[in-house]
Amino acid sequence: MKARVFVTLKNDVLDPQGKAIGHALNGLGFGQVDEVRQGKLIELEIAGSDADKAKVAIKEMCEKLLANTVIEKYEIELKP
Amino acid sequence: MKAAVIVFPASNCDRDAKTALTEMTGKSPAMIWHQDSELPDVDLVVIPGGFSYGDYLRCGAMASQSPVMRAVKAHADMGGAVLGICNGFQVLTESHLLPGALMRNAGLKFVCKPVTLRVEETQSAFTSGYDNGQSVMFPVAHGEGNYYADDATLDRLEGEGRVVFRYTANPNGSARDIAGILSEKRNVLGMMPHPERVVDGATGGTDGRKLFQSLIETLS
Repeated sequence: MKARVFVTLKNDVLDPQGKAIGHALNGLGFGQVDEVRQGKLIELEIAGSDADKAKVAIKEMCEKLLANTVIEKYEIELKP
Repeated sequence: MKAAVIVFPASNCDRDAKTALTEMTGKSPAMIWHQDSELPDVDLVVIPGGFSYGDYLRCGAMASQSPVMRAVKAHADMGGAVLGICNGFQVLTESHLLPGALMRNAGLKFVCKPVTLRVEETQSAFTSGYDNGQSVMFPVAHGEGNYYADDATLDRLEGEGRVVFRYTANPNGSARDIAGILSEKRNVLGMMPHPERVVDGATGGTDGRKLFQSLIETLS
């Protein structure tokens, strides 16, 4: 089973990299870009086929290591 | 005072810390490899600057999971002194020995220069030798030194006198100009600037000597 974990800064945490990307896009003529937030994508290959069990384990991985929940939030996407 | 310096793969201020401690205490600190799960009997543990584990995932994230950090946590829980400098501060927040987190500098650039700090708190083993409000010059060298914590945590840190050093000209966007903070029990200090680099006048200043002198007087 494949899983993708998206880790991004929480909404109320300033994202200077996202801001810089936004400025660069505006500079390239993409004036329609208002705000950019950037983050990480972590792909996991998980043994077993129990999606619920995998999700519980990945949530624990996020809390313990993959995300720093002081500043970051995460989303988990499972692909059977 | 007996001291130990933790050495992670890609620590690079471990020898600076060793040199400073040797100069100040007259004896060489124990150098403890990250895979060791026990510390020798020491009064002070220093987590040095550098790029532990290549800053993979987040600065300090991998180091916080290393066997030696369990021993450092136990040392801190027993009231032992811990000083985390630069990457060491990042390791301490990732290990939850200190609140908050260190984010990418607001200006997105690595900042490497001497900065002026104000000593905000002298009620600690680390700063008892300084005067309250005193200005000191320590160098900074970091890309992720932008201290973040939610407002309630920041209020609490300030209310409890746990903000030890503040920048007089904020180099990285840190919340409330914070450069260094204490743990609740005041035995763990994390700071981005480098006191160990200002111990020998030949290499740029001596303002850091008092930090080590304070520790020696308090812990010996």
